[in-house]
Amino acid sequence: MTPNRKLKVATTSLAGCFGCHMSFLDIDERLFPLLERIELDRSPLTDIKHCGKCDIGFIEGGICNAENVHVLREFRKNCRILVAVGACAINGGLPAQRNHLDLGQCLQEVYETEPGLARGGIPNDSELPLPLDKVHPLHEVVKVDYFLPGCPPSADAIWKFLNDLLAGRTPQLGHALMHYD
Amino acid sequence: MSDITARLDSILKRHATARTNLVQILREAQEPEGWIRPEAITQIAKAVKLPRARVEGVAGFYSFLHLQPAGRYRIRFSDNITDRMAGNLPLLERLCSQLWVERGKVSEDGLVSIDTTSCTGMNDQAPALLVNGWAIARLTQGRIDQIAALIRDQVPIENWPVELFAIEDNILRKDVILASTLQPGDAIRVAMSRGRIEATEAAFNQRSWREGLDVADHGQTETIEEIKRSRLRGRGGAGFSTGLKWEACRNARATQRYVVCNADEGEPGTFKDRVLLARYADLVFEGMTVCGYAVGASKGFLYLRGEYRHLLAPLQDVLARRRATGLLGAGVCERPDFAFEIEIHLGAGAYVCGEESALIESLEGKRGIPRNRPPYPVTSGYLKFPTVVNNVETFCAAALIAFNGGDWYARIGTPRSSGTKILSVSGDCARPGLYEYPFGVTVKQVLQDCGAEFTQAVQVSGPSGICIDASEFGRRIAFEDLPTAGAFMVFDESRDMFEVARNFAHFFAHESCGFCTPCRVGTALLRNLMDKLAAGKGSQHDLNQIGELNHLLQSASHCGLGHTACNPILDTVRRFRPAYEQRLVSLVYEPAFDLDGALARARAMTGRDDAGAHLGEVT
Amino acid sequence: MSEASPTFLLDGEEVPFAPGQTVIQAALAAGRYVPHLCYHPEFKPHGSCKLCTVKVDGHWMTSCTLPAQAGMKVESNTEEINAKRRLLTQMLFVEGNHFCPSCEKSGNCMLQAVAYDLGMVSAQFDHFFPDRPIDASHPDIVLDFNRCILCELCIRASSEVDGKGVFALSGRGITKHLIVNSESGRLADTDIAVTDKAVDVCPVGVILKKHVGFAQPIGKRRFDAQPISMQALRDAPRPLDRKPHSGA
Repeated sequence: MTPNRKLKVATTSLAGCFGCHMSFLDIDERLFPLLERIELDRSPLTDIKHCGKCDIGFIEGGICNAENVHVLREFRKNCRILVAVGACAINGGLPAQRNHLDLGQCLQEVYETEPGLARGGIPNDSELPLPLDKVHPLHEVVKVDYFLPGCPPSADAIWKFLNDLLAGRTPQLGHALMHYD
Repeated sequence: MSDITARLDSILKRHATARTNLVQILREAQEPEGWIRPEAITQIAKAVKLPRARVEGVAGFYSFLHLQPAGRYRIRFSDNITDRMAGNLPLLERLCSQLWVERGKVSEDGLVSIDTTSCTGMNDQAPALLVNGWAIARLTQGRIDQIAALIRDQVPIENWPVELFAIEDNILRKDVILASTLQPGDAIRVAMSRGRIEATEAAFNQRSWREGLDVADHGQTETIEEIKRSRLRGRGGAGFSTGLKWEACRNARATQRYVVCNADEGEPGTFKDRVLLARYADLVFEGMTVCGYAVGASKGFLYLRGEYRHLLAPLQDVLARRRATGLLGAGVCERPDFAFEIEIHLGAGAYVCGEESALIESLEGKRGIPRNRPPYPVTSGYLKFPTVVNNVETFCAAALIAFNGGDWYARIGTPRSSGTKILSVSGDCARPGLYEYPFGVTVKQVLQDCGAEFTQAVQVSGPSGICIDASEFGRRIAFEDLPTAGAFMVFDESRDMFEVARNFAHFFAHESCGFCTPCRVGTALLRNLMDKLAAGKGSQHDLNQIGELNHLLQSASHCGLGHTACNPILDTVRRFRPAYEQRLVSLVYEPAFDLDGALARARAMTGRDDAGAHLGEVT
Repeated sequence: MSEASPTFLLDGEEVPFAPGQTVIQAALAAGRYVPHLCYHPEFKPHGSCKLCTVKVDGHWMTSCTLPAQAGMKVESNTEEINAKRRLLTQMLFVEGNHFCPSCEKSGNCMLQAVAYDLGMVSAQFDHFFPDRPIDASHPDIVLDFNRCILCELCIRASSEVDGKGVFALSGRGITKHLIVNSESGRLADTDIAVTDKAVDVCPVGVILKKHVGFAQPIGKRRFDAQPISMQALRDAPRPLDRKPHSGA
C-alpha cells in the first residue's frame, strides 16, 4: 500500500553534534531513491526555519536549553511520528554527563574563574537560550514514538530503519545494526 | 579519643566480639555521640575479625545507624498516612522552627536533626515521634514546645519528664489472649506432662524403641499434636500452619535448633505486638519456651524492632524474674533435660527485617537481606540450624493451646481460620486501639465497635495487605477472606485515597532492601510516578507505566516486600479510579519535571527574568 | 555425562542436568541461553538481577537458584518473559549512568549485550542521573561507580577467592552502593592487586585496569560478531580459574 504522495519529513539537531545527520548523509547514493518517496521540510539540509504539518520528524540531540524545548514542542505538535535518533536524543548522551554537577558552579567556573575570560561575566543577553539545570532525553519532555540508537547509528542502520518505517513495518535493526556506541 | 576507644572495647567484650552481635554492637557504639566514627568502624572490624567494609556496610543498611554526624538529639516523626491525618507535619515544622534547623539537616552546632521515619507503631496515639529511638506519642503543640525547650537546654534524655514517654495500651476488646489469666509456668508444665509414660511401658512400644525416639517423654510430640489440632496459623501475616512449622523443625536432623520471636512489627498500622510485649510478656515467653521444649531448642531470640526500644528494659526484667523462678535457664520447671534461654536483640529501623529470613540475617549481625528460599528457616535458619520463626501473637496463642488443648482453640473462629485475631484499629474512628475478635468477624462489625462513621475505605493488614471500599464491608477477617497480620486503618469520606496510596509507595521505596532489580528500582520508579501525578503532571502514559511495573514486581521480586509493593496502587486504582483520573492533565504525556523551574538556576546566575528566560505551558 | 542423565524441558526441548545443578547452569551447559547478569560460571548462584526469571508450571522463578528437577517444564524464551526482562534491563539503565559511547567496556559489556539481545532501543523510564563517584586513586585500577549494577561479583570474588574483602555493599534500596575496604574510602588504601580475581570479574565497566582502555577495535570485541544469546556455552559452569585463598 504505497502512498501516492511523498511523505513530509522534518529533521533537526537539538543538543546534538550533527553526527547523526552526517551518518544519515552516509547513505550516499541511496539518497536519490529516498527522495522519490520523501520530501524534506524543516531540516539543516533545507534551511526551512519552521516545520509545517509533517509525517515524520527525526530529532538528534537531547534537551539542554529552553530553545531545545521550543523546537521539540514544535516538532511534536506538527509531526505525526516522532523519532529520537542517537544516544543524545535517547538518553541525554554526552551533554548529559554534566547532570551530576551543579549548573551554577559550572557557569561560574567557566565564565568567572577561568583565566582568559576575566571580566566577561556570565552571558546574559536576552537572545541567548538559558540552559536547563539538567540535560534530558526527548522522551522525558514529550511522547516519542520510535528510537534509533547509536552514536551515531550507522548509515545502514538509518537506511534499514527508514525503509521499515516507510513500508509500514515496525522497525527491527537486528544484531549487526544495533549499537549504543 | 582514648576514652571512646576504651568504651568501645568494653562494649565489644560484653558482646564477646561475636559477629552475630554486630548490629547490637553498632547500636551501642553509636550512643555517646549519635553517630559511628570511621575509627570506631575500624576498631570494631578488627575485634570481630571482619573486613571493615563489611562492618561499614552493615551500619549503612539500617535507618537508625549513622555513619555521619546526625545530631546529639535525633528526632524522627512517624510518617504513616494515619500520622499525617493526625497532623504530624505541622508539628514537625513547628519543632524545626523552634530549634532553628531545616528538616533533614543537622543543626550547625551538631545538636539536633529532625526528619520523618516509617510508621513507629503508635497509630492509636498519633502523632508520635522518636527521640534517639525513644517513643513519644500523643504529640500536641504544647508537648512539641516542651521537647524543644528540653533540647535547647541540652537536658539528657534520661532526665526528661517520664510522663512524656508514657505509652497507652488502649485495649478495647478482649478475647482469649487479652483476657487470659494464665500464670507463668502453667503452660510449660502442662505441655511437659502430656503423654508421659514410664520406661517399662516404653519398652513395649516397639516402634519408638526401634526408631530411637525419646520414649520417656512424649510431651514434645504431644504438644506439637495439640498445636496441629488447634489449626493455629501464624499471626504475622503469612498464616503458615504453626503445628507443621514446629514439626518440621523438630524433624530436621540437627545438633541444635532455635526459636525466634518476630517482634519486628513494622507493617504500618500494626501495633498489637507492642501491647502484647508491654502487658503480656509472660505469655509471649511462655509460648517461646513451650516451643523450645517441643522442637528441642535450648535458645530463643526475641527480635524487637528498634522503635520499641522502651520495652527492652521491662522485658529484660520479665526474663530475669522467669530465670529466678526456674522458668528459664538450666532445668526449666525442674526438668533436668530441658534448658532454655532467651536473648533479646534490637532492630535498627528496617521494615524488611520483619521478613523471617531477613530477620535471621540481622540476628546473625548482617544486612537484612532476605535469603534465597528454599531452604526455609525450619530446616536451615539461624546459623543454618533449624529455626522456628513465629510472631508474638502466635506464641501467645501457642501458650494457651499448650495449656487448654488444641480442640478448645479449634472451636473458636471459622473452619479455615481457628482462634482469635487481635486487630490494631486506627485512623478515622472514635476509639482506636486493640480489638480481639474470633476469626470471621465482619469489617462492618469492627467499624461499628470502634466508632467509625462515613467510612470510605479500610486498609486491612497494612500497605502490603488490601484496601477495600464500602461495598465490601460485609467481608470477614479470616485467612479465606481478608487475611491480616492485624493492621486495620480506617479512612472516612474526607480522605483522598490517592494520597493514601502515595504515602504507601514512599514507604516501600524507603524500605526496599535493594537486593533485587525489580524492587530496588521499581519501588523508586513507582514512588516517582505517584509524585508526578501528585504534582499535577500525570497522564495516561504514567498510569500505563505503573501497571507494567506492578506486574513486573509481582512476578520477579525476591521477597514479599516487592511482591506486595504494588498492592496499594492496584487496589486504589481499581476502587478509587476517579481519585487518579482527577490528577491526569494530559491524555498522552506530560514531563515529570517543572520546565520553567529547571531554568531557575540559570536565571539566577545570569540575572535574567525576560520572557526568553522562562518556559510556559504548551499552547 | 551418562546416557541416563535426567532431563527437564526448556521451551519444549529436553535439557540434561547433573545432580545439584540449577536450571540456568544446566541450560548454559547444554548451549541453551538464558539471559543473566549476576550469574557467573565460576561462582555459586546469587539471584539478585532477576534477568534469568523463568516460568515453571505457571510460577515465576529465578532460574539461577532453582535446582533442576526431572520432568520440570520451564518456559524462558517467550514474548511475555522477554518483555519483563527488557523492563528489568531498562530499569538498570535508568538507575545508573550508562553512557556507552565513552565506556571502555563497550562491546564486552554484559549489560549492553543483554540489552541488545532483548531489543532494547530506549530506557523508557525517566533517568535518575545519580551523582556517583569515580575512584582513580589506585595506580593500576579505576572504579567507575556510575556503571555498577550491584551484581556483587566483585564482593564475592574478593572475599571467597582473593581472601581480601576489598569490596562490600552499603546503603539500602535505591541508595545501595559499593564501598571499599579502607577508612579513607579510597581504593588505593586497600590491599587490592591488579591480579586479583575481583578485578577480572566485573561484567560491566566499573572495575577497569588502567593503561589498557579500548585495547580491542570495534568489530573484534566479544559481542560484535555474535549476540550474547549465541554464546551460551561460554557461560556454562566451570571450575574457578585459580586456587581460592585458603581460610578466607
